[in-house]
Amino acid sequence: MAVATVRPGVDWRTRLQDVLPKLVLSPSLALILFFVYGFILYTVFLSFTNSRMLPSHDWVGLANYRTLWGLSHWHTALANLAIFASLYIVICTAIGLMLAIFLDQKIRGEGVLRPIYLYPMALSFIVTGTAWKWFLDPGIGLENTMRLWGWETFTFGWIKDRDMAIYTIVIAAVWQTSGFVMAMFLAGLRGIDNEILKAAQIDGASTWNLYRRIVIPLLRPAFLSAFVILSHLAIKSYDLVIALTGGGPGRATELPATFMYSYTFTRNQMGVGASSAVIMLMTIAAIMVPYLYAELRERDR
Amino acid sequence: MGFLDIRNVTKSYGSVEVLHRVDLEAEEGEFLVLVGPSGCGKSTLLNMIAGLESITSGEIAIAGQVVNHVHPSKRNIAMVFQSYALYPNMTVAGNITFGLEMHGVPRPERERALRDVARLLQIEHLLDRKPSQLSGGQRQRVAMGRALVRDPAVFLFDEPLSNLDAKLRVDMRTEIKKLHQRLGRTIVYVTHDQIEAMTLSTRIAVMNAGHVQQFGTPKEIYDRPANLFVAGFMGSPSMNLIPATVAVEDGTPVALIRDEGGEAHRLRLSQPSLAAWAGREIVLGIRPEAITDPDGADRQSRNIQPLRARVSVIEPAGSDTFVATPLGGREVIARMRADATARPGEVFDFAVNMDKAVAFDPVTEARIP
Amino acid sequence: MSTLSQNPLAGPALRAAPVPSQETAVRTGRVTRVFIYLVLLLFALFYLLPFFIMLINSVKPLGEITGGNMMALPREWTVEPWMAAWSTAQIGVQPTGLRPYFINSILMVVPAVAISTLLGALNGYILTKWRFRGDTILFGLMLFACFIPFQIVLIPMARTLGILGLAGTTWGLVLVHVVYGLGFTTLYFRNYYAAFPTELVRAAQIDGAGFFRIFWRIMLPVSGPIAVVSIIWQFTNIWNDFLFGASFAAGSGAPVTVALNNLVNSSTGVREYNVHFAGAILAALPTLLVYIVAGRYFVRGLMAGSVKG
Repeated sequence: MAVATVRPGVDWRTRLQDVLPKLVLSPSLALILFFVYGFILYTVFLSFTNSRMLPSHDWVGLANYRTLWGLSHWHTALANLAIFASLYIVICTAIGLMLAIFLDQKIRGEGVLRPIYLYPMALSFIVTGTAWKWFLDPGIGLENTMRLWGWETFTFGWIKDRDMAIYTIVIAAVWQTSGFVMAMFLAGLRGIDNEILKAAQIDGASTWNLYRRIVIPLLRPAFLSAFVILSHLAIKSYDLVIALTGGGPGRATELPATFMYSYTFTRNQMGVGASSAVIMLMTIAAIMVPYLYAELRERDR
Repeated sequence: MGFLDIRNVTKSYGSVEVLHRVDLEAEEGEFLVLVGPSGCGKSTLLNMIAGLESITSGEIAIAGQVVNHVHPSKRNIAMVFQSYALYPNMTVAGNITFGLEMHGVPRPERERALRDVARLLQIEHLLDRKPSQLSGGQRQRVAMGRALVRDPAVFLFDEPLSNLDAKLRVDMRTEIKKLHQRLGRTIVYVTHDQIEAMTLSTRIAVMNAGHVQQFGTPKEIYDRPANLFVAGFMGSPSMNLIPATVAVEDGTPVALIRDEGGEAHRLRLSQPSLAAWAGREIVLGIRPEAITDPDGADRQSRNIQPLRARVSVIEPAGSDTFVATPLGGREVIARMRADATARPGEVFDFAVNMDKAVAFDPVTEARIP
Repeated sequence: MSTLSQNPLAGPALRAAPVPSQETAVRTGRVTRVFIYLVLLLFALFYLLPFFIMLINSVKPLGEITGGNMMALPREWTVEPWMAAWSTAQIGVQPTGLRPYFINSILMVVPAVAISTLLGALNGYILTKWRFRGDTILFGLMLFACFIPFQIVLIPMARTLGILGLAGTTWGLVLVHVVYGLGFTTLYFRNYYAAFPTELVRAAQIDGAGFFRIFWRIMLPVSGPIAVVSIIWQFTNIWNDFLFGASFAAGSGAPVTVALNNLVNSSTGVREYNVHFAGAILAALPTLLVYIVAGRYFVRGLMAGSVKG
């Protein structure tokens, strides 16, 4: 008789079935680990080197960060981001919430209005930028039209104005995403138990109080999601600025994202560019990590 | 050694042991029911028999072969799930034959097996439908068909009736019992419903908190529950568990039970061994049907004890009338004929069949032999 | 209330059921309603206006824009700007129009969407039905990858693509988009499959189906709705990408968004606004079409993966 290899151990099929899932998952995991986390580490490393046009491995400690924070250009970018992000988040949330509440009043034609509010989200920021760039151009756009229509003194030249140009970015960005925020709030409103609303009305709450005291507090998760998404979008904003103003006039609409790109690829200050990218990552991580952590924990329970 | 052997099986998740040294066996053709409250480990045990959960220690053998490390599909078992787990994208016929297809059974043979099972379960007209087009009872039949068609050595049922409404549940219960009698296959059946357990099984394992509390025939479990948990869990309404003190009068043990007024009632015990408990506390277990009016008392009994007590509540249930009376700090339930004459508030003469009474040690909770 | 319908990481928003159209029980007066309709219509105009301007000015001769009113309908209708934008406009140094770049975008988007969706489906299947210790942490790592500012990977990615010989190529962009889209596709399928009863997988295991068979025969056939969501999402995102295209494929390998930006922002010659508008609409056409045809799924994708990039 042949040597008994029929040890009553795990049969090959069960063993294969045990490792197969991990085997199939591993390429994706490897891609993520290398292209995301490996790259992050490498960029962090570069931010401590004197890399200029090409990556260099000469350690210079915090020199790049010191340079970065000494640059007025970087301060401009941060100040612009602060203005842009706060206005963008507040206005998008306000418009989104208002439209959602209004659309939720058994509106005839909701099926037509909703897609109109949402379609900008399907467009590229480059397309949005192109449209608004020429519409806001005083020479041929809104200003010119108003004057032709007889309002001779009308002026609207924000896009050419160093102090106001950043607000044109806000306008275009709000145009693109406020409909999406509306959809989020609408889904939240539709999720509220109608019996709660009926009870509140029987309790004598006015419509105003109904929304202020009951509905809006119940929308808290939607507010949180909207805030996280919008702030994340704001920090990453790059395409829209490039298409709408190219960062100008002057540096009037520079944001960290455009700053990073120009320092790294056109000004040959890769070390400084890398350090600005690290700061962007840290800002987003400060918002996203607690949010994702809470979400995943909740799901696991 | 049985046809299905579960020897010394434990299950741990990390450092938490959820099944403690389970020993069970079933002969070929036996209908073994695992019953217990949710979280008692019965479904985990069933999944371990199926091979869907690993075995931490111990052995499971089917038809003499240890299957600890055998893939579920190679264990010669079939399973009916609580949710039925019908593949939503396949027709009824596709659902039933999928397992055969996976095992490489040729098409003509699959078709024949499908016809046979469909006829047996009377679902021939449903074969081309999708699961979403079926009622709950029909889904249940398809799920059983999927198991039957495999013709396995052991059938595993995981609470198969719990998603049906009350009437359908009773019908399907009868049908499962008929199928078992007809096919004579070994079945392991998990339920939390003690009536299902009693009606279907040849043997029952009552489980709680990862332990098998008692393993025996339905009659053994009903008449001689191993401990207070089994006594309370099996039977509906459940067994009256009345604190009592043992005294010995004329050489025979007597249980003393205090009523709400503090007055002691004497019930002569049928179990001589209880004389050793003189002066100590016991828990007396008496099934509701052992407490009746004197006319309804069991004539076979050698020890009917009278008991005068105040009636607190009457619940007519059609076939029977349940009468509650406060005794030993509990509401004691008596099961009377429908035309029994008890009235709320009155003092009534009960007849207690002490031959059916059992006694438990209040400390260990085990039945006193 | 249900926080699920708007919670980007929660499953039920992804289920096949249509968005609940349970309307509010709040009652409003007549004057309020007139006001509400007025506001809603005004906003509809606000959202439509830029597209309306693009459209009417793309069919005007240039003179009507520079010397006329942007809001006015064309006096003379022409398709010239469209032709120019498509095939003759100056992009960079070549008078090729957007056509070759449009084709680049298609060649990039199709494989990138297919690969990332398939991998996402497999990952979601594993992370819900073949769970193992630490799987939530792995998923968290994948998910966070969706939200990093891509500036953090630009430098090493440029180098890596160079080393792999993929710099400036469409396949390089395919790789980039697969990697950075993986988190989202995994998220979609994971949430969808989480709502899919695990008992079915167990039943199939007992029936003798293995890992891949269960995937092909049991999971994939019911994945239609979520696959559509994932495909639309990936398609829109990848088609509309500018940063990666501009960084890794400038020149003849550029996608259409980069080409459009070159067209609009080139500083030489006369500004042909009408051609710019026609080009912008051309570049937006595929995603707009998807939105019109499958808007329902588009919205669902936005909600589900709403923590978007």
